Amino acid sequence: MLLRHTPKEIKERSALTINPAKTCQPIGAMYAALGVHGCLPHSHGSQGCCAYHRSALTRHYKEPISAGTSSFTEGSSVFGGQANLISAIETMFTVYEPDVIAVHTTCLSETIGDDLTQIREKARGEGKIPPGKYVILANTPSYVGSHVTGFSTMVVGMLKGFAASTGKKNGKINIIPGYVEPSDMTEIKRLCTEIGVPTILFPDTSGVVNGPMTGEFQMFPKGGTTTDELIATGDAKGTIALGEWASAEAARYLDSTFKVPCKILDLPIGLDATDRFVDALRTIAGVSVPDSVNLQRGQLVDIIADYEQYFHGKKVALAGDPDQLISLVEFLTTLGMCPVHVVTGTPGSRFETRIKELTADSPYPVNVKAGGDLFHLHQWIKNEPVDLLIGNTYLKYIARDEDIPLVRHGFPILDRMGHSYFPTVGYTGAMRLIEKFLGVILDRADRDATETKFELVY
Amino acid sequence: MSNKEELTLQVDPEKARQDMLAKYPPKVARKRAKQIVINEVAEEGMVPEVSSNVRTIPGIITMRGCTYAGCKGVILGPTRDIVNITHGPIGCGFYSWLTRRNQTATPEGGENFMTYCFSTDMQESDIVFGGEKKLRAAVKEAYEIFHPKAIAIFSTCPVGLIGDDVHAVARDMKEELGINIFGFSCEGYKGVSQSAGHHIANNQVFKHVVGQKDEGKKGKYVINMLGEYNIGGDAFEIDRFMEKCGITINATFSGNSTYDQFASAHTADLNCIMCHRSINYVAEMMEVKYGIPWIKVNFIGAKSSAKSLRKIAQYFGDKALMERVEEVIAEEMPAVEQVLEEVLPITRGKTAMLFVGGSRAHHYQDLFAEMDMKTISAGYEFAHRDDYEGRKVLPGIKVDADSRNIEELVVEPDPERYRKRYTAEDEKRFAETGFKFKDYEGMMPEMSNKTLIIDDLNQYEADRLVELYKPDVFCAGIKEKYSIQKMGIPLKQLHSYDYGGPYAGFKGAINFYRDISRMVQTKIWSKVKAPWQKKPELAATYAWE
Repeated sequence: MLLRHTPKEIKERSALTINPAKTCQPIGAMYAALGVHGCLPHSHGSQGCCAYHRSALTRHYKEPISAGTSSFTEGSSVFGGQANLISAIETMFTVYEPDVIAVHTTCLSETIGDDLTQIREKARGEGKIPPGKYVILANTPSYVGSHVTGFSTMVVGMLKGFAASTGKKNGKINIIPGYVEPSDMTEIKRLCTEIGVPTILFPDTSGVVNGPMTGEFQMFPKGGTTTDELIATGDAKGTIALGEWASAEAARYLDSTFKVPCKILDLPIGLDATDRFVDALRTIAGVSVPDSVNLQRGQLVDIIADYEQYFHGKKVALAGDPDQLISLVEFLTTLGMCPVHVVTGTPGSRFETRIKELTADSPYPVNVKAGGDLFHLHQWIKNEPVDLLIGNTYLKYIARDEDIPLVRHGFPILDRMGHSYFPTVGYTGAMRLIEKFLGVILDRADRDATETKFELVY
Repeated sequence: MSNKEELTLQVDPEKARQDMLAKYPPKVARKRAKQIVINEVAEEGMVPEVSSNVRTIPGIITMRGCTYAGCKGVILGPTRDIVNITHGPIGCGFYSWLTRRNQTATPEGGENFMTYCFSTDMQESDIVFGGEKKLRAAVKEAYEIFHPKAIAIFSTCPVGLIGDDVHAVARDMKEELGINIFGFSCEGYKGVSQSAGHHIANNQVFKHVVGQKDEGKKGKYVINMLGEYNIGGDAFEIDRFMEKCGITINATFSGNSTYDQFASAHTADLNCIMCHRSINYVAEMMEVKYGIPWIKVNFIGAKSSAKSLRKIAQYFGDKALMERVEEVIAEEMPAVEQVLEEVLPITRGKTAMLFVGGSRAHHYQDLFAEMDMKTISAGYEFAHRDDYEGRKVLPGIKVDADSRNIEELVVEPDPERYRKRYTAEDEKRFAETGFKFKDYEGMMPEMSNKTLIIDDLNQYEADRLVELYKPDVFCAGIKEKYSIQKMGIPLKQLHSYDYGGPYAGFKGAINFYRDISRMVQTKIWSKVKAPWQKKPELAATYAWE
């Protein structure tokens, strides 16, 4: 057994986290910053933070992830990291020539109280920021929130760094896609184009962390939201923020600062959440939903009707990020499945309320925890077994020990490909999720069937 | 060692060096100039000085990690039955959770906590009011759930800054719970790389664990393997042929290790060091305190493995052992040679670059040499001058502020446990046969003249090197892998082995030959350009003919 020491009996823990279902803010900030075109993320902290974040993102995407670090030493930790950051800014603009440097803090620089705004002004004063180049900032201490809130904070940082109002609306809709895969961002853009809504999507990691092999290494690939687009967000007609945890704060910032009204929706994962997203787009743009989108929706409904019998009543345990889990849980209930254990490491009691609401009709009691961990999830599973697990690669240890099929979803996925190329948002994404769920459920049925009961057709 | 073969390269290394330095701001260029050196082996293996173990330039995009990573991740990570609690915000514990591929073979009913990540997940209130209370509670909870024989506590950056005393907590909890509990002040900002973390880990393991248990493994020839982390099962392979030879490995630091192995390490008769950089401290201290001598070995490469086995046999000086070692080598080599014969037509004359670790960039050159591949440039991530130039330069290394704040333990012979491991007669034999202890000559004396030695290589320099020299294989880590591969050059990860291995020993050599020959002949690299990109002329008319 891989997790042989996990007891069935659950003891209350107040201090020890075991097998986390989250990681720290800075990695979310780094990922968000990669979604700005020509941007080099920079970690203002010890070298290890940056090395760990780059490694984790690289393992997840199998793509180069470039980012700088302030390389704090004991001296800088005592006297402040200003000199390191200014020297880093100079080195990066000279050697790597990004258009934008996106600096985020760490627990170290936050604990010693480095003031990023003041340091940026000093760097500017010393001529270390070349004309036409930008340094944007985000305060992301690792002892607050999670990678999801770090992402959210960097998105706000982009707006603080760029968004401006000319007083004249540009007719565009801002879309904040949330902490999703580049494939999801592409799919969201495609849906908007299909429906006929002119958008600015930010951040946009498509084309950055799922780039092609060309024989050349481009540190700053074609993808990413451009600085011009980010500046124009202040003149947009409105903002659609997908996911309360990852996107709402940025949308509210635009609303309060530039009077750009916003609508906060769930991530468009699954039938109902995608319907709400499409409906919102249609209403805002004042257009009717095109046949092409209706066709895909129809196909999805058709597939669900075809295969509903294999989903009905199946118990599911999920771990991941709040925005994803809320939409996934809703989708599972649409399929007739029963989410019984739901855990996120990201804090926030609203999450528990939402999941309870979404599963109110469940025939089973539902365990839900925000700020929980995978150890606790495993214990729940030992007490109430499930038919399907959904979550990141770390769940494979539970999956193997308990012999439960696993569908990988979320961050990080370290051992399978697909997430960067095939979306799980929108109607096509929902079809892909069904394909995955069905695949593991029916593979299991085939594996476990007796020779007599072995089926050719499902 | 002199009269080294000189490498002929398509680009003069000095030109390449200047090319790399040209883009840097003046201060950066001055610093990097001392870390980019052209090898020139003189009499007695003297080589040019390489500035190393110095601070990384902020913003340069280094390969290096931090002290915590070196301590918790590298040294203590592979021990299966210690509950390792990271005291800090969640990230550090999360990222060091199972990511280094240290394999461990837990017996039925045995303890293995390596699949678990334990953290105090410090919150803002812990930073403001102090985290000791939470740490105490966390240790207690870990004890109550798991009942381990030992708990280790690892400090992350904010811990040192807010002044949490992890050692006091460890002391108190040790007393309260009655098991061994010890802390590491391995805050990420200490030192200039993960190397400082190795040193801190060595110190604490030596202070708190080694010597706790006087019964070690029994055998005629009992050794410890130091600096072998069982990535991809390397230590298993080493165990396999050692056992065949009749040599008993008492403790491995720290691949596939247990607490008891560390605790009884002082009972062995010889320490064999694989990774000199990460573990020489504990070997030095064991020699002073317990009288165990150490030698440098290398089990990367079949010939190197044979050589190291012979060296161990020579130390014990026992004819039976020396004969057995020869028998084992004779048994192992045919399979190795057979595969080598298969791959040589593919690998012969190809080139490699290695930028990794504190010993791997050296050791793996032996494997490439066996495949008749030339190492044209190499460097370490976090090594010190002695790893480049040999231990002969140790007395001349300046101790800077960053190294000075890493504790140097003062060690004295243990009044009861100190035991000299060899006799005056042995000493005579050693002198006669030229057998040397503490004999690490470093990487550079073994490399060709004109090879480029680059310490703490960064992304820009890696990019330039590949553009200029187009090596057939580039060896580094996960962060470097895909930027190099975008340029159409395969990258072999030498931290994780690209999830393959083992690469140590005889079977490992076979695995490596096969992997490298596969990589240099993978068809996909020739298909990067589409047919229409290779022949972009437009046909004048649309025609079938």
